[in-house]
Amino acid sequence: MTSVAPAATTPGGSTGKTGGAAGRPSAAAWLVAVPFLAFAGTFLVYPTVLVLVGAFQDSNGAFTLGNLGTLFTGVVFDAFLRSIELSALTAVIGAVCGALLTWAIAVGNPDGVLRRVVVAGSGVLAQFGGVPLAFAFLATVGFEGLVTKFLRDSAGVDLFAGSAWLFELPGLTLVYTFFQIPLMVIVFLPALDGLRPQWREANASLGGTSWTYWRHVGGPILTPPFLGALLLLFANAFSAYATAAALVSQGSPIVPLQIRGFLTGEVVLGQENLGKALGLGMVVVVSVAMGVNVLLQRKVAKWVRR
Amino acid sequence: MGSPVRRRVLRAVVLLVLGGYFVLPLVAMAEFSTRGRAGERSLESWTSIVDDEGLMEALVNSLLLSVTSAVLMLVLLVPTMAWIRLRLPLLQRLVEFLCLLPLAIPAIVLVVGMAPLYAWVNYFLGDSPLTLTFAYAVLVLPFAYRAIDAGLAAIDLKTLAEAARSLGASWFTVLWKVVVPNIRVALIGASLLSVALVLGEFTIASLLNFDTLQVQVNLLGKRNAGVSIAVSLLCLLFAFVLLFALSHVGRRRRQAVAEEETSPGSN
Repeated sequence: MTSVAPAATTPGGSTGKTGGAAGRPSAAAWLVAVPFLAFAGTFLVYPTVLVLVGAFQDSNGAFTLGNLGTLFTGVVFDAFLRSIELSALTAVIGAVCGALLTWAIAVGNPDGVLRRVVVAGSGVLAQFGGVPLAFAFLATVGFEGLVTKFLRDSAGVDLFAGSAWLFELPGLTLVYTFFQIPLMVIVFLPALDGLRPQWREANASLGGTSWTYWRHVGGPILTPPFLGALLLLFANAFSAYATAAALVSQGSPIVPLQIRGFLTGEVVLGQENLGKALGLGMVVVVSVAMGVNVLLQRKVAKWVRR
Repeated sequence: MGSPVRRRVLRAVVLLVLGGYFVLPLVAMAEFSTRGRAGERSLESWTSIVDDEGLMEALVNSLLLSVTSAVLMLVLLVPTMAWIRLRLPLLQRLVEFLCLLPLAIPAIVLVVGMAPLYAWVNYFLGDSPLTLTFAYAVLVLPFAYRAIDAGLAAIDLKTLAEAARSLGASWFTVLWKVVVPNIRVALIGASLLSVALVLGEFTIASLLNFDTLQVQVNLLGKRNAGVSIAVSLLCLLFAFVLLFALSHVGRRRRQAVAEEETSPGSN
């Protein structure tokens, strides 16, 4: 906050009274923004550029497309496909189950305890789950988990008869739903809150059924936010690392875990920058999902303006 | 969903099924962490949390980090964002872009670029885990930005600042005595969010080899699952308490805003 002090003593400060923001900011006025810009430049832009540029460099720093080419071959490509499959699947499951849960709390008392508990709990799991979620999962359906033991002792069912599915794609899918469904609740609740009770009443007074309401009123209004949430969930699952890393310690079925491999030293000579290419690939996929979302919402905002 | 009865039944079913789906792991964690060696109930895992020096040290690191990161975030964002609204609207888009950028760059990608950067940071500032403050301040930018932006949008910043300035206040006084108290709810919200985020962060800490709470919990899980699960449950409950408190704060603000909006006659 000390950075503000020098600006306060400069004559530039006195122009604030006349036009405020409209006037031409003095040179001193720009100084206030310097700490933030310097910080963001160093710890956000620089690392990002390092990754994006490094993706196009070989180990000597010369330009190459080789790293990017590798993205479309072998293990790396498979990891991308698997990551996309995992993200898409958990996005759909999360969106559908999450929308139902959102509806269930949206029709209740807006200041009720139930709603506040669900919203706060969703916030925890959606944004701060990470490693604890992996352990929650191990305690439930791990080799010695509560459900595993229960099924084995009382129903004679061995959850792991087929394979160690828990540490592969099916297990990741299951554990990812534990943060995808909550994220849907957080993202989708404002949209459902926007549905006015009068619309339902108007539908009923015109002789409409619940089906006609959802078909002609609720459905069309909720479709854009639902699709937007679906894209956000996809990007979220695609970027997630902590839960998968804590759960899967051997092998790298998905892209974030492949990047871990590169960072922790499993680097083949001459492929030092392949990790950065993987990073670039992830940024591209996430940006596409987010970009489509922005376009979608912008389009919707145009005709929703009342 | 047609008749109220069918609606109520469907709602109950959804709440029961999904509620059970999410409560089951919590119950399983409580059960697993209270297992004794001989199959009896025991609180050994819970009591050994405090005895584990590595874990306690990591917890202290994480708690310190949550404070330093929140402070750095506030110091960087509040003056800049207030100043942009007052004097530098030109920078509005750039700052918003920078603040929301971490949403498009997954932490696992950011850490690839941060690894070489941290070689320098550790060279100049030592290899204390507290150097993670910089990385974490980046991670909390999007959340903090939104909270603070909402806070600033809800007050008439320009009029307040002009009034204070015309009474002879310096810009620093304006910031410290006018802006900060007026958006304190937003600042508390932003801080709580960043505390929760820092306490739960794993990706960057583990890949830059710093010893934080989540890194220790993960390591511990390899040799003593019970303790790890107990700590995990604690983390989840603690984050829940934080966010639940946050929902109270937010509600009070919404009510206040709603009152303000309704009083001058809505258009």
